[in-house]
Amino acid sequence: METIFARASAQGKAGVSLIRLSGPHAFDCAAQMVGFIPKPRVATLANVLGSDQQIIDQAIVVCFSAPHSFTGEDIVEFHVHGSTAVVSKLLKNINKNENTRIAEPGEFTRRALENGKMDLAQVEGLADLIDAETEAQRTQAQRVLSGELGRRADEWRSWLIRASALLEATLDFADEDVPVDVTPEVRSLLSKTRHNLDREAAGVTSAERLREGFEVAIIGAPNVGKSTLLNTLAGREAAITSDIAGTTRDVIEVRMDLSGFPVTFLDTAGLRNAVDAIEKIGIDRAVARAKSADMIVLLTQDGIVPPGAVLRPDDIAIKSKCDLDPGSDGVSGLTGAGIDGLVDKITDVLAGRMMKDNVATRERHQIALLRASEYLGVAIGVLEQGPDHYELVAEELRSAISALDSLIGRVDVEVVLDEIFSSFCLGK
Amino acid sequence: MKHFDVIVVGGGHAGCEAAAAAARLGAKTALITLRQADLGTMSCNPAIGGLGKGHLVREVDALDGIMGTAADQAGIQFRLLNRKKGPAVQGPRAQTDRDLYRSAIQKLISAQENLQVIFGEAVDLIGSETKVNGVRLRDNSEITATSVVLTTGTFLRGVIHIGDVSRPGGRMGDDPSVKLAERIDQFGLKLARLKTGTPPRLDGRTINWDNLEKQPGDPDPVLFSFMSNGVSADQVPCAITHTNDKTHEIIRQNLERSAMYGGHIDGIGPRYCPSIEDKIVRFADKPSHQIFLEPEGLTTNTVYPNGISTSLPEAVQEDYVHSIVGLEHAKILQPGYAIEYDFVDPRALDAKLAVKGVDQLFLAGQINGTTGYEEASAQGLVAGLNAAALALERPEITFSRSDSYIGVMVDDLISRGVTEPYRMFTSRAEFRLSLRADNADQRLTPRGIELGCVTPNRQKTFENKQQRLEDLTNHLKSDTYTPTQLSKAGIRVTQDGSRRTLFQVLAFADVSFKDLCTLDARLEAADEEISEQVARDALYSNYITRQQKDIEAIKRDEAQQIPEGFDYNSCEGLSAELKSKLIAARPRNLRQAQKVEGMTPAAIMLVLARLRQQKPKKTA
Repeated sequence: METIFARASAQGKAGVSLIRLSGPHAFDCAAQMVGFIPKPRVATLANVLGSDQQIIDQAIVVCFSAPHSFTGEDIVEFHVHGSTAVVSKLLKNINKNENTRIAEPGEFTRRALENGKMDLAQVEGLADLIDAETEAQRTQAQRVLSGELGRRADEWRSWLIRASALLEATLDFADEDVPVDVTPEVRSLLSKTRHNLDREAAGVTSAERLREGFEVAIIGAPNVGKSTLLNTLAGREAAITSDIAGTTRDVIEVRMDLSGFPVTFLDTAGLRNAVDAIEKIGIDRAVARAKSADMIVLLTQDGIVPPGAVLRPDDIAIKSKCDLDPGSDGVSGLTGAGIDGLVDKITDVLAGRMMKDNVATRERHQIALLRASEYLGVAIGVLEQGPDHYELVAEELRSAISALDSLIGRVDVEVVLDEIFSSFCLGK
Repeated sequence: MKHFDVIVVGGGHAGCEAAAAAARLGAKTALITLRQADLGTMSCNPAIGGLGKGHLVREVDALDGIMGTAADQAGIQFRLLNRKKGPAVQGPRAQTDRDLYRSAIQKLISAQENLQVIFGEAVDLIGSETKVNGVRLRDNSEITATSVVLTTGTFLRGVIHIGDVSRPGGRMGDDPSVKLAERIDQFGLKLARLKTGTPPRLDGRTINWDNLEKQPGDPDPVLFSFMSNGVSADQVPCAITHTNDKTHEIIRQNLERSAMYGGHIDGIGPRYCPSIEDKIVRFADKPSHQIFLEPEGLTTNTVYPNGISTSLPEAVQEDYVHSIVGLEHAKILQPGYAIEYDFVDPRALDAKLAVKGVDQLFLAGQINGTTGYEEASAQGLVAGLNAAALALERPEITFSRSDSYIGVMVDDLISRGVTEPYRMFTSRAEFRLSLRADNADQRLTPRGIELGCVTPNRQKTFENKQQRLEDLTNHLKSDTYTPTQLSKAGIRVTQDGSRRTLFQVLAFADVSFKDLCTLDARLEAADEEISEQVARDALYSNYITRQQKDIEAIKRDEAQQIPEGFDYNSCEGLSAELKSKLIAARPRNLRQAQKVEGMTPAAIMLVLARLRQQKPKKTA
């Protein structure tokens, strides 16, 4: 096993930069560079020396001994001053050690996965946490990273295994002192599990939107103030505004953090029965994007819904250019009036769609959960036909358990392999 | 010096089946055992088959093995367990007459071409540390062979315990094999200890049968062999009695005098077949335990009380037996005892049951950590066929989890090892809906025909049956019916407008073959055996289609061979611990590698990546 190293903090000048080494030679390497092996888990101030015995930098060095580390291997971390020259000199020096090599992207995490420090869902959670831009994304990723999905799957699995054991006992020990009819307990275990699976699966759609960002389409008749509203929300000139109707032709996207939610606002072409061929294409696009968006904000001045606009239950219709009509409710992109209220309304709707403690966050999770649930549904149905058909119930259960296992990457190697191959660059 | 293609050491269930299988394949075979009388001895309970076990017997029979035929000839009470449940979990079982069984086996062995029985004690193996060339007998004579199959059962360093009295012994009245155990030590094989127990044997004339509930056999006995036509021996019932408070009290007070509880035994016993001491300690709140009183034969008075195996001193055995209803005056003919013995960690074997790293040596039966006649016999078949294949320079003969319980068992043994005596259960077979006792011939006899280990008579019978099965199945699949037509015939079906074949209709749990006759009168002429079998195939057809994907995944992983001497150290990113485990386990394919303890999907993927990387180089 090679010892790998890499800079763990971001590129560029910084107050402190972090260089991490992981593998069987991490401690040797540290001893070579600081003259001793710092006591594990104690931040130790030390002079880091180059091969020429000149001081590269004074650093805080922290050692973690296997298996109690992120990767499960021996780890050494150098916290050095975040100068480009210091970092590059240090990296060059570590590289001179014949037992080390620079880590590939994601390799520390991969080792953590291989050494059983994380399950597949946790790796996904870590990736999400690193990518998290907003508060809501951070909390969600943190829940996944904590291994909560694995723990829940383990619990569901244990219920199903119990149910399965009850059934198998009646099948394999028919001649012995075992209960003949275990239907009531099995039924309750299966229903309980199924309820949990369904609930978790239902939260995935919004959890996945949270990971990837919500889309809110601003639509309305031409010249109703959509682009002005977008620019005010964005705090910059994202869209060209003019009082010429039909200025916006294509869909303009602006991504922002809306009270912790990642939201992409879509500014769209004004909806009217256009004659201009290019404007028509723009309107068609506006209608299509509005349809696929998570939410629509319809701006109107007169309360009339323009052609092509279809509002769904959670969508918001609001009066625009309210500055022209003092005292009226609504929003004004020009003065900023009513903007805060609109933002609150949007985030309320989005927050309402989030399941508070959801830990299944990806389509892959949802597919596994629903597949397991489906098998359980059939199992519950067959169970009602009584002990004579237990072998079929057991079969459905087996399938459900294996679907659950694919959730955290345990049994079906092929599926997990595909997943891992697509996430990490392996096999060269 | 005598030379054979195959030598089988041991004349128990594994040994007899191994020798017969090797000889059927055409290898010149020697079976070495102490005495004529050892062949076909049932040293534990007088019964064959059961759930999972019955499946194994059927599979051995489908390849023309001898256990099923002998059991049918010796059976004195046949019951199909789980008769009311689905066919996948039904298992044929029979009480057998010990003498009839023994003489049936002896007749089959002596009638087998290419097979010579040699009486003597094999005390040592000859050859080197990496290759076995034959055996040395007690009189120092040597017999050489290309393949040697060891089936020494519980004889390796066997110790018998009755209460606090213990003495070396492989079975009541026999000496253990110490020298052989030492030889096996030299091969560097990992040995561990297991224990198993037997109940006291009772004199049936001293049992008060009148007060006991009788358990008769099935009125229409289901036999083991696909070639048998009916029972041969007279049929007798068993009886059932129970332990009670008084029994439990006697045992509890004498627990420290039990070999197992007195600290005399270190071996691990089976959880599913506990001694009466175990039952009373572990299930303390259970007021009573069931005992089956099984006659050991038609001409003997010996009765086997199944459910009270023990290692208590003889006097205590007397006391507790007499506390049981019906056994108040029962005379103990032979006290119960526990036996402790060495077994070889079966992870040292490959799918042929050959020892990895020691050429030409095969192990089968209890020596591999299993329990039960049926498990022994099935392993004997695998080892015998492969020992012969090796000698005859033919390709190896292995079984998969997807084609047989034999494959499930071998795979479990060689990839997981054992922590308690291994017994077959239907729940061990993930594809049990397709691996049924009723279709063992459909699954395996074609393979046997191809291998040439099946007699022409069986081949003819099988092909005839198979033809009729196919004809009827095709007939049922030929026409389709609307939901309305089906409803008119009294079949409950959703009115979804889709037309169904009668085969599809037969998959409904509440439809029997007879129900179909109203739709197609020609079906009334169908043979009952054939129509019942087609109905069983149809019942699970939907599930079997679904399982096909899993079966293909297994086959794919099994097909991904790992070459001998594959360099795990070259697997970038594999932890040192897993590397050493893989190097020790020497998995032969990806499927077996997955089962190495501590294996993670990520680690498997690294191995696979390395294998794929190496492949193009070979072809280039």
